[in-house]
Amino acid sequence: MSECVIPNLTSNEVVASKSVLPAGWKADLADLKNLDLSLPVMELLRRTTSRLPQDVIQAIVKGRDAEEVGSRAFNTLNDMVRNINLADGQVTPLCQDTGSVIFWVRHPFGLSQKAAKAQIRAAVVEATKRSWLRPNCVESLSGKNSGTNMDPFHEHHPAIHFEEWDKPEVEVSVMQKGGGCENVGAQYRLPDAALGAGRDIKGVRKCVIDAVVKAQGQGCSPGILGVAIGGDRVTGYEKSKELILRKLGTANADPKLDAFEQELTKDLNTLGIGPMGYGGNTTVLGIMAEEMYRHPASFYVSISYMCWSSRRGTLTLAANSQPSYDL
Amino acid sequence: MIRLTTPITEEQIRTLKVGDEVLLNGRVVLSRDIGHKFMKEQKPEWLKPILENMVIYHCGPVVKKNEDGTWSFVAAGPTTSIREEPYQADVIETYKVRGVIGKGGMGKKTSEGLQKTGAVYLHATGGAGSLLAERVKRVVDVKMLEEFGSPEAFWIIEVEDFPLVVTMDSHGGSLHELVLQQSQDRAKALTS
Repeated sequence: MSECVIPNLTSNEVVASKSVLPAGWKADLADLKNLDLSLPVMELLRRTTSRLPQDVIQAIVKGRDAEEVGSRAFNTLNDMVRNINLADGQVTPLCQDTGSVIFWVRHPFGLSQKAAKAQIRAAVVEATKRSWLRPNCVESLSGKNSGTNMDPFHEHHPAIHFEEWDKPEVEVSVMQKGGGCENVGAQYRLPDAALGAGRDIKGVRKCVIDAVVKAQGQGCSPGILGVAIGGDRVTGYEKSKELILRKLGTANADPKLDAFEQELTKDLNTLGIGPMGYGGNTTVLGIMAEEMYRHPASFYVSISYMCWSSRRGTLTLAANSQPSYDL
Repeated sequence: MIRLTTPITEEQIRTLKVGDEVLLNGRVVLSRDIGHKFMKEQKPEWLKPILENMVIYHCGPVVKKNEDGTWSFVAAGPTTSIREEPYQADVIETYKVRGVIGKGGMGKKTSEGLQKTGAVYLHATGGAGSLLAERVKRVVDVKMLEEFGSPEAFWIIEVEDFPLVVTMDSHGGSLHELVLQQSQDRAKALTS
């Protein structure tokens, strides 16, 4: 069990050859009204459910190589790499919990959000039919599963965030956020007397440490943390999730928070929780923090925990070119 | 590495200790949230022969129906076990279950149940959905599929060399308890 598995993803050419898009498909951005996102979004989901981003794979490998060969932590991280290779090669879900599906759509003026929403929903239904997504949308009280990943009451799942921008491109990012890691997210209100956490960066640090200790291995560590400092109860949590879209290893634009992220990552990796909570030196793969506004009376720290299987991806549609995927 | 095949005897289970690595073979029954509430509250008789001396797996698989009407597992890693803490000890005792597979570990009540009945908690690698589905050789049957939906139904499967670690044994040992204690101590040092 202890031989070192090398990450070995299929080439972009092979991935493209399995695409659900017809060869040569191009988006006509001059005719935004008639743009159909359903196929390119289906292709995005096919990739995110079975392929981890390179930066996440690299972080897992780096963690494994820092563990003692043959230890439980080493073997567990090694199995994660084995799973990454297998899911990619077979185009099967990396994890059976294909998560709640969250989209961020950025688009130029002229795109119909109503039409785009219907197309994205259709893509999710089809991806569920093809077993790329597990039906993960149930009625809260009865537990009845809609079977399609569609919200049985309204249209709140899949969650879709729209934003109009000035670029002549349509960009769709997706995150598949598992239930186990969602359950260990936490929101704090500073000051927090029990933690001895005040309204400053030291207080924020105490909240993050507390959340990671409480999570243990239950969010499928090593985790990736999105930390929103400020906002309200809704915008803070929303931001903390969006932050997880950032690539591991990229610097925070705010040098003060960049130092905070790096030092805290080191500290958290001395907690000894390790992969899946078995013990070890790899408890988190990274932290993404951002400072927000706040009401003078409130100081929230919202933490979203993403499992090691951080399934995220972005599709970009530019004028007269084939869709590009960062996976 | 210890090879175990279901059904398992109490005697076999009592020899297992925290940290043992196990390759499990034979029949396993999937059950998670609705299933555990159902087992504790309704205590259905028909489940007894299915579960006696067997292993329960906390898992909501991604499944695929084949053209001939049979099912395949596409992804099948463990789900977080602690949600079954209110039910697990009762389920183990009522149905004489010898093992529970999941992730994240369980609490004191379950540990007491493991000791009393003679059962262990077996940890699988969370997120390793494709890897673990590969070790599922056959879907034997499924119960309550209509009622509970595919992620929550009682899937009865056969596994081959399913890789697990004993993290809670039948003598009160728990790796999770140990790691929690150590990490809490370290957190205190980091924040003092």
